[in-house]
Amino acid sequence: MNMLELRRVSRSYGQDSAEVHALREVSLTADEGSMVAVMGPSGSGKSTLLTIAGTLEEPTSGEVLIAGQPAGKLSRNAKARLRRRAIGYVFQDFNLLPGLTAAENVSLPLELDGLSARKARVAGRRALDRLGLGERAGHYPDQLSGGERQRVAIARAMVGERRLLLADEPSGALDSVNAQAVMRLLHAACKDSGMTAVVVTHDAQLASWADRVVFLRDGRVTDQTAPAPGPESLLTPELNQ
Amino acid sequence: MSVRHAMLALLSEGPKYGLQLREEFEARTGEVWPLNVGQVYTTLQRLERDGLVKSDGTGEQGPQKRFRITTGGQQELARWLCTPPDLSSPPRDDLVIKVLVALYVPSADVHAVIQAHRRYVVELMQQWTRIKEYDTGSDLNMLLAIDAELFRLDSVIRWLDAAEARVSRAATDGTMTWADQASPRNQTQAPLPRHRREVRIRR
Repeated sequence: MNMLELRRVSRSYGQDSAEVHALREVSLTADEGSMVAVMGPSGSGKSTLLTIAGTLEEPTSGEVLIAGQPAGKLSRNAKARLRRRAIGYVFQDFNLLPGLTAAENVSLPLELDGLSARKARVAGRRALDRLGLGERAGHYPDQLSGGERQRVAIARAMVGERRLLLADEPSGALDSVNAQAVMRLLHAACKDSGMTAVVVTHDAQLASWADRVVFLRDGRVTDQTAPAPGPESLLTPELNQ
Repeated sequence: MSVRHAMLALLSEGPKYGLQLREEFEARTGEVWPLNVGQVYTTLQRLERDGLVKSDGTGEQGPQKRFRITTGGQQELARWLCTPPDLSSPPRDDLVIKVLVALYVPSADVHAVIQAHRRYVVELMQQWTRIKEYDTGSDLNMLLAIDAELFRLDSVIRWLDAAEARVSRAATDGTMTWADQASPRNQTQAPLPRHRREVRIRR
């Protein structure tokens, strides 16, 4: 099933001669349990694509479907509910609230969605455990390393029954070891929990974690990778025996 | 990869048979560089001729023959390990050449050429990343060999990105590309200012 589908989505800003086309007729699908990376130079429309996919912004034309449901037809409240319950966001600069502990940051979206504080805390703790951060639950963001902060942000994006994770340069502020660790976590979340992730990055090593890489240029999808063949194509016969 | 020095390195651990050396070579290089038996014995013969290894007995070449490293071999190995390879001249890179040539060819879309290479390289990187994650376990040699390949391919992508940005900038700046100069359809255009042409020619 397509967890996310963009149908001929365009987005422009300004009018007439000052009109800027951020996205032009972009079509894109992400199957359930898959990880899609979007690569492109800065200004190619990557972040706009993500905010539209996350229903944070309306397309000028075209349609966004989340789990088969057209987002454009939802009321404002229904859209907000969809965002709270089904979609998780991860940003380059983590966006954690400094006055809350790791556990409080992770459980906050559930509490905002009406879950009791106790249940939210339990679910948050479970999400942190899953990302190997159980022991850091009581720490504040400034007591955590960059890699740990991003893992907390990923836990927050995955907490509850979220099925679509949208990440904008999630490794941008991290060193290469932590950046790889973040991609490994996102990849594992897709494979183990059936989550769907769309990750925007300009880094090919990070994009190579994805099942499919979509290339964006001047607001258009110009190309995408074919499904990856098995390892036998690259390794000597001895290793495959 | 110097098979000669790899053999010396393997023998520095202790005496070994020819077949064993071949198997260990492939295992240590992450099985990325297959080696045939003939190559192994030719290399060992030459090492023996040069006094860098010694064999047990005088029998025929074959799996029964055992080799050990000499003091001269140990010294040669230490010298080789600390000698940087010659990186002073750029290697002949087909991918770079293809992109440069695309600038001359009037019918070629440089962006499409760059993207075709980019997609291929990213697909390779996806495969290596999969292998690293699922098929290597904790095999340190293989992990290091795959890391090296991923970094090498990543540098190709970075070059392609930089090349594309440079070509786009040249187009918007009005700086002529080689294709513009070579293209018959552009011959009626006004010539470039002299200093720019000179810069171009020097490239």
